[in-house]
Amino acid sequence: MSQAVDTGTAETRPSPKAKAALSEGKKAERRLGLLLCAPAIVIMAAVAGWPIIYSLWLSLQRYDLKFPDRTQFVGLDNYVTVLSNAYWWNAMWITVLITVVSVAIELVLGMALALVMHRTLVGRGIVRTASLIPYGIVTVVAAFSWRYAWTPDTGYLAETIAGGDPVLTEKVPAVMVVILAEVWKTTPFMALLLMAGLALVPDDLLKAAAMDGASAWQRFTRIIVPVMKPAILVALLFRTLDAFRIFDNLFVLTAGSQGTSSVSMLTYNNLIKGLNLGIGSTMSVLIFIVVAVIAFVFIKLFGTAAPGSDSGGRR
Amino acid sequence: MRGTRKRHRLAAAGSAALVATSVLAGCGSGDGGITINVYKYPQENFQKIVDNCNAAADGYEIVYHKLPREADGQREQMVRRLAAGDTGMDVLGLDVTWTAELAEAGWIREFTGQVKDRVEDGTLGPPLDTARYQGKLYGAPDNTNVQLLWYRGDLVQTPPKTWAEMIETGGRLIREGKPGLVEATGKQYEGLVVLFNSLVESAGGTIVGEDGTKAVVDDGAVKALEVLKTFATSDVVDPSFSNAAEDNARLAMEAGQAAFMINWPYVYAAAQAKPEFAKNLRWAPYPAVEGGESTATVGGVNYAVSAFSEHPDESFDAVLCLRNAENQKYAAINDGVPPTIESVYRDPEMAEPYPMREAILETLKNASTRPVTPAYQNVSTVLSTILSPPASIDPRATADRMRTELQDALDSKGVLP
Repeated sequence: MSQAVDTGTAETRPSPKAKAALSEGKKAERRLGLLLCAPAIVIMAAVAGWPIIYSLWLSLQRYDLKFPDRTQFVGLDNYVTVLSNAYWWNAMWITVLITVVSVAIELVLGMALALVMHRTLVGRGIVRTASLIPYGIVTVVAAFSWRYAWTPDTGYLAETIAGGDPVLTEKVPAVMVVILAEVWKTTPFMALLLMAGLALVPDDLLKAAAMDGASAWQRFTRIIVPVMKPAILVALLFRTLDAFRIFDNLFVLTAGSQGTSSVSMLTYNNLIKGLNLGIGSTMSVLIFIVVAVIAFVFIKLFGTAAPGSDSGGRR
Repeated sequence: MRGTRKRHRLAAAGSAALVATSVLAGCGSGDGGITINVYKYPQENFQKIVDNCNAAADGYEIVYHKLPREADGQREQMVRRLAAGDTGMDVLGLDVTWTAELAEAGWIREFTGQVKDRVEDGTLGPPLDTARYQGKLYGAPDNTNVQLLWYRGDLVQTPPKTWAEMIETGGRLIREGKPGLVEATGKQYEGLVVLFNSLVESAGGTIVGEDGTKAVVDDGAVKALEVLKTFATSDVVDPSFSNAAEDNARLAMEAGQAAFMINWPYVYAAAQAKPEFAKNLRWAPYPAVEGGESTATVGGVNYAVSAFSEHPDESFDAVLCLRNAENQKYAAINDGVPPTIESVYRDPEMAEPYPMREAILETLKNASTRPVTPAYQNVSTVLSTILSPPASIDPRATADRMRTELQDALDSKGVLP
């Protein structure tokens, strides 16, 4: 099946030779097209490109707003400082841990939820709406309710599950609570994306497989998952990028204390709290690079379809 | 994908700025007069003081804008806007530790001439020192603050003089089946730094050198670490200690779990809502470290005038009114914050609603300050990170780590945790 799709895309793709043989009229049309796009491109460059370039420039300087007279160009010193710092690496591992664990759990739960929502015959609307509620609540608000729930004396979870222990003040339990809050909040989003993918699976195919004696599990692993692969990858890409930049949940739950800072939290502390533009920008450039790498890996290596493109990407 | 993240951030910043300017424009265009925007922490009865000053003001109107409740949030909002040269802020309510930073960055104005004389006239020494940086006056003390030892008069007859004594008394109460916990601020934030600083000063130690550029962390500091560790691992420590801020401590004490509490004088005003509890609430000087003197870290709020204010004269005028003796007395009685003008303590009207004024005045005379440096925020962040959770302190090793990381923080070189 996937081979058939592949040949299809290859045929519709224009070869480089066809480009060279453009007529005068086509060229003029193309020039006009570029001209019409130009304002949008200029605005995009100003809005998206400039801040990136500016933070790159700041990351090469010793620039602390508290000491405006001591600004100087230091080359890659800030990168050396950050990359040799234990706080940074701790934050990086915490971020990776939160990302991997929460996305893995979300994928499993989201898939289960999507199957339930897809198959429900009665009250389909209510089931879908109800499952979306966590996603509809503002993250910060939800995080506050989690925080109170895990605070001894006032919190029902701290008193029942944790036995009155202040779980948010210890590293490991705090990270677990953060992951739990993330999973609770974004599983519905994952389920929604996966449900869209489920709609792609032709019922006839499943019926035919059932006729051939495939069990429910076989139908799931051999038919549903392969057909849904593009949707699953897009969902994973979105959630991974989102989870990697985790900030608001952490900000409210632990504010990064006891070594629970994510890289975004650490960047915020250095940039906004510490007013150290040099170090802070260095961190945001590093986060930017990691995010770009994640996107690259997903799109080029796993063949995730870029949102909006018509072909299914490379497989 | 790569562009969207930055773009969102910028778009958010842009729209926030738009909202801010439109709000501020709205403030300014009230009746065509001058508006003085005062930014201060949420103080319950402060609006009344603003109204008093507006009634007396000539040609301007003061508008009170509430900053976030926690000190970090207050500072963040102010420095972010000051760094951008925001002209919408006129008078700023600064925590005493921020003077050096904002003065060094050139974001607040120096008090000079007649205004300076009027601020210095009759104001207590320790609070005034917190408003000075490199010999110049950058703030007008609004209220000062020293922590006291609060205890339950129905459980304890004579308050303990030292930490060791307090831990012992609390332990005895617990063994007798009575509430014997000690409440203090052990969360990873400024409150923990205040607690530690008081211990260090009481033990005769130093964390940062006199000129604010060298990390010292001497034997006195190690002694303070030992005391903190002992307390945090004793049986009188509240299980929530490592997550407790001032209000958590206050509420735990009011809930009847604790016999002792280290806290600011505002708890007295707050306790009046619970008469049953309030009638047994007593106070004593801050407990000392064995062999040292009792000393408490001075806190409080100073008013500063933004360097970007378009109405500096009116702003200075407003500051003088907001902190005058009458208004300080009002704030002391209604919000529990200790005054900075000495004569207010002797006002007969203070006697009944503010009975702990003598203890405060006494403690203030021997109060200690936190390190004075423009990089104080970094110092504080590093200290609270290294000290947290207090139960895991290993005195010698913690002190060594503190020395290196503090030095980096003072040089604004290292990474802030």
